[in-house]
Amino acid sequence: MGGFISRGFQRRRQVPEELADRIPPGQYLEQGFPVLTAGPTPNVDTGAWRFRIDGMVDRPQEWTWGEFNALPQDTIPCDIHCVTKWSKLGTSFGGVSLDTLLDGVGTRGDHTMAMSYGGYTTNVALADLTGGKAWVVTEHEGDPLPREHGGPARLLVPHLYFWKSAKWVAGLRVMDHDEPGFWESNGYHNRGDPWKEERYWTD
Amino acid sequence: MDGLTEGLTPAVQRAPGGWQIATVSSIRTETPTVKSFRLDVPMWMQHLPGQHYDVRLTAPDGYRAQRSYSIASSPLDEGSIELTIDRLADGEVSPYFHDVVVEGDQVEVRGPFASYFVWHGEEPVLLVGGGSGVVPLMAMLRHRRRTMPDLPMRLVYSVRTASDVIYADELGDDAVVTYTREPPDGWGGHTGRIDAGLIEAAGIEGHATAFVCGSNGFVESAGALLLGIGFAPERVRTERFGPTGF
Repeated sequence: MGGFISRGFQRRRQVPEELADRIPPGQYLEQGFPVLTAGPTPNVDTGAWRFRIDGMVDRPQEWTWGEFNALPQDTIPCDIHCVTKWSKLGTSFGGVSLDTLLDGVGTRGDHTMAMSYGGYTTNVALADLTGGKAWVVTEHEGDPLPREHGGPARLLVPHLYFWKSAKWVAGLRVMDHDEPGFWESNGYHNRGDPWKEERYWTD
Repeated sequence: MDGLTEGLTPAVQRAPGGWQIATVSSIRTETPTVKSFRLDVPMWMQHLPGQHYDVRLTAPDGYRAQRSYSIASSPLDEGSIELTIDRLADGEVSPYFHDVVVEGDQVEVRGPFASYFVWHGEEPVLLVGGGSGVVPLMAMLRHRRRTMPDLPMRLVYSVRTASDVIYADELGDDAVVTYTREPPDGWGGHTGRIDAGLIEAAGIEGHATAFVCGSNGFVESAGALLLGIGFAPERVRTERFGPTGF
């Protein structure tokens, strides 16, 4: 709809020039860390917590909380972008790279479904999880990940809209075909690249 | 998948329409900081109560700002929608609506968007709203009043003061209000935060579906309260707004 101008509208928020090119189209800079969840916040006990990789793999893997925390940990500085329009710049998380977790699993498919305690699912292509692009994180800015932000552990895929970074993540199922997850079945884009503004089905 | 997805019934799947230019047909002042805007939408599509629209503003220099707003009106209002907008002092889109927009103005909108936070006709229903979190709940209440007035649905509505009540003249026997800071003079009803007694007073029992909307803190505490008094997690749907401040 080119050419439409909103009568009397002017920019109110000035974004520092050095940050402007880090904000994808249609997003605004948010200083806080908003919460978006479809249901009540689950209470996942780390004593019962497991992270599992299964599906189309040679060797399914499962980690307890203790085993997971013994894996090599990364600190991940990143910008995050929520489809509800906010972007948070210069935050950081701590956790384990998917490259580490997938090492030795032997994947036999190019697609995955992340599954969460509480029932949430989201599909992510394997290519979006490997090569230093995705983590399972347990810390945010040096502190344990708060429950409302997905603690004890969430997926972190910062180059896609944040609904792909499944909270309370329980596992990853490798698949030989693509399937829509929860929001992807509910009108949201299958991949969700914020720089292409892939918000909804028709984008 | 191993029972993990149990309870997550998808909404009706419907691709949203593209951007279109709506016309503001009427504006109603709800509270000192909240106004409702009736928009005539040329490529109108029927929404489900709880869904939202995106609004996009474009400045002469090409700068754009987008936000999402819940629909307050019943889907039976053919050809138009009502958006109720809370003026956020440091906002970019809501002050424009409050300070600039007049009847007859045009705004770019897109929607409705599919959502998990929609009422499909489940019963009984408990609606729990804090502040402007009442907006999508009002769409459900209004729709139920017009289609199934006997269906058990109750709104529990938490506001700070008497002047913060949105839709004040529409709150009837199906709504229970509590004032957390300053009740109106002579108020004999509930005060303070929503608690188990207030939920009980709403008179919705059994296997109710609950919709909870408000600030993050409100939804955290109300959601925990509902689980504590026996609501099943898969029947508690939540929508939150605003930053958490950390």
